[in-house]
Amino acid sequence: MRSARTLACVILLVVCVLSLAANWIAPAGYAKQFREAPGAPPSTQHWLGTDEIGRDRFARVLYGTRISLLLAPAAALVSTLLAAALGGLAGYVGGIWLRLATGFTDLFLSLPWLFLLITIRALLPLNASPFVSVLITFLILGLLGWAASARVLATGAHTLRSSDFVLQARASGVRGFRLFAVHVLPNLKPILYAQFWISIPVFILSEANLGILGLGVAEPLPSWGGLLRELEGMISFRDEPWRLVPLILLIVVMTSFQTLLSNETEEVAA
Amino acid sequence: MLWRIARHLLAIVGLVLVGGLISATLIRLAPGFDTDERQLNPNLNAESVRVLHDARNSEHNVVKFYISYLRGALHGDLGISHALEQPIQSLLRDRWRVTARVAGFGLLLGWLLAVSLAFSVSLARSSGCELVGTAISGAFLCIPAAVLALLSVILNSPGYLAISLIVFPKVYRYSRNLLAKAYAMPHITAARARGLGELRILLWHALPVVAPQLLTLAGITVSIAVGASIPVESLCGLPGIGQLAWQAALARDLPLLVNVTILVTLVTLLANSGADVIVHMTRSRQA
Repeated sequence: MRSARTLACVILLVVCVLSLAANWIAPAGYAKQFREAPGAPPSTQHWLGTDEIGRDRFARVLYGTRISLLLAPAAALVSTLLAAALGGLAGYVGGIWLRLATGFTDLFLSLPWLFLLITIRALLPLNASPFVSVLITFLILGLLGWAASARVLATGAHTLRSSDFVLQARASGVRGFRLFAVHVLPNLKPILYAQFWISIPVFILSEANLGILGLGVAEPLPSWGGLLRELEGMISFRDEPWRLVPLILLIVVMTSFQTLLSNETEEVAA
Repeated sequence: MLWRIARHLLAIVGLVLVGGLISATLIRLAPGFDTDERQLNPNLNAESVRVLHDARNSEHNVVKFYISYLRGALHGDLGISHALEQPIQSLLRDRWRVTARVAGFGLLLGWLLAVSLAFSVSLARSSGCELVGTAISGAFLCIPAAVLALLSVILNSPGYLAISLIVFPKVYRYSRNLLAKAYAMPHITAARARGLGELRILLWHALPVVAPQLLTLAGITVSIAVGASIPVESLCGLPGIGQLAWQAALARDLPLLVNVTILVTLVTLLANSGADVIVHMTRSRQA
């Protein structure tokens, strides 16, 4: 298990470094068109060939990986902070606030995640600039993905509320937000970290789903969702197997995350 | 028991009503809600354009729209879809069968695959089998639902296969974990020490322990299957509720999307509450 975790760490590190170094490694920019070679097969000039409008696929994979791998943690941070603020505070205050927060969370969780995500994204502008589309996509993930984490945090905070050290702090005169920020929140850290790490692969997959449906990051900016959309034009796997590279990379990265997460969640459970 | 069912029903009605109102508000606030492509049609005269404009105006106040919608729904009138220009009732009636078939078969196949693999791994009791099971489920867990839908189009396989492969890894992982915990219980060790066969231990001693949790999971997987039906139906060209939701969202079709949201929320909540009530009934009978 330890060697699997080390391997997962190395894979994630290599993928991150390569994507961050895209400006130096990639043979061209992600939007540069080689008009003389549209849909070209792999060659020494274009390692993964070119797409239908002649853009270097290897460059797009590198830049796309950078966008997905950098912004999914950012969205996870937003959702974890929201969950901490809503769930953590409601669990700490208890009473009617806890019941209200639970009802609101139930409402969010009563809708299937994909249904909620796709519907809300489709309602927002679809002809936005690439930069705005990136912001919209990942902000939606962050703003909608807090419910499950909030429920876990509410339970955690509610349990801590009646713990000995909180009672002692209260007896010493510590009250209100200070009690929450100084004594309760630090003890919720393991749950917060676990929820943060669990959210990252979920958001990467969600962005991929949105991208394939044409609701993700707008062209010409690449992302894993947009790259996987290329599969739509495939007739069989034998003709152009190199088009499967983004999918294989996504599976490798997600497996690495899973390997790391299984350990993280085990530690929190312990 | 009756009180429990009544409480569930009350919660379902409350959540469905609030969910419908929130979805109506979101659609009303969505950019482009006011525009109607038909108003740009040069063949329409000023009177027709005015009628179209007035029709949209009636939806400007969300609360008024929602109250009139609920009043109509109580009399069996769910409104008219702006985008498809058809009564919503007939649209839902035509399409729910497709979704029920795709999601139903998908769920059945996904559960069958997951439970058979989890049982086989438990019976085999070998780390090799465990690794194979984890690898297969892990691989499918890493593939986005929309990619599975695309792959099923490329491979010319039915849409329910994609849904089953979305459901399978989640059910497998959860049921395998539950079985592993059940196998660590003292009564299983005692049964094994008395020389009981593995199949008998699984069916008589481990399965009854994990059955309530599996039943709860069944309710949750309905929600997963319904959610997955949007990309699967949209990409595979299946005319179901998922595809309808997709079209309604893209066209900012307020009446249609409110109805679809209410329907999806209702199905999800009924599945979850149904599973909860059955589990409670089984437990109280055992007690």
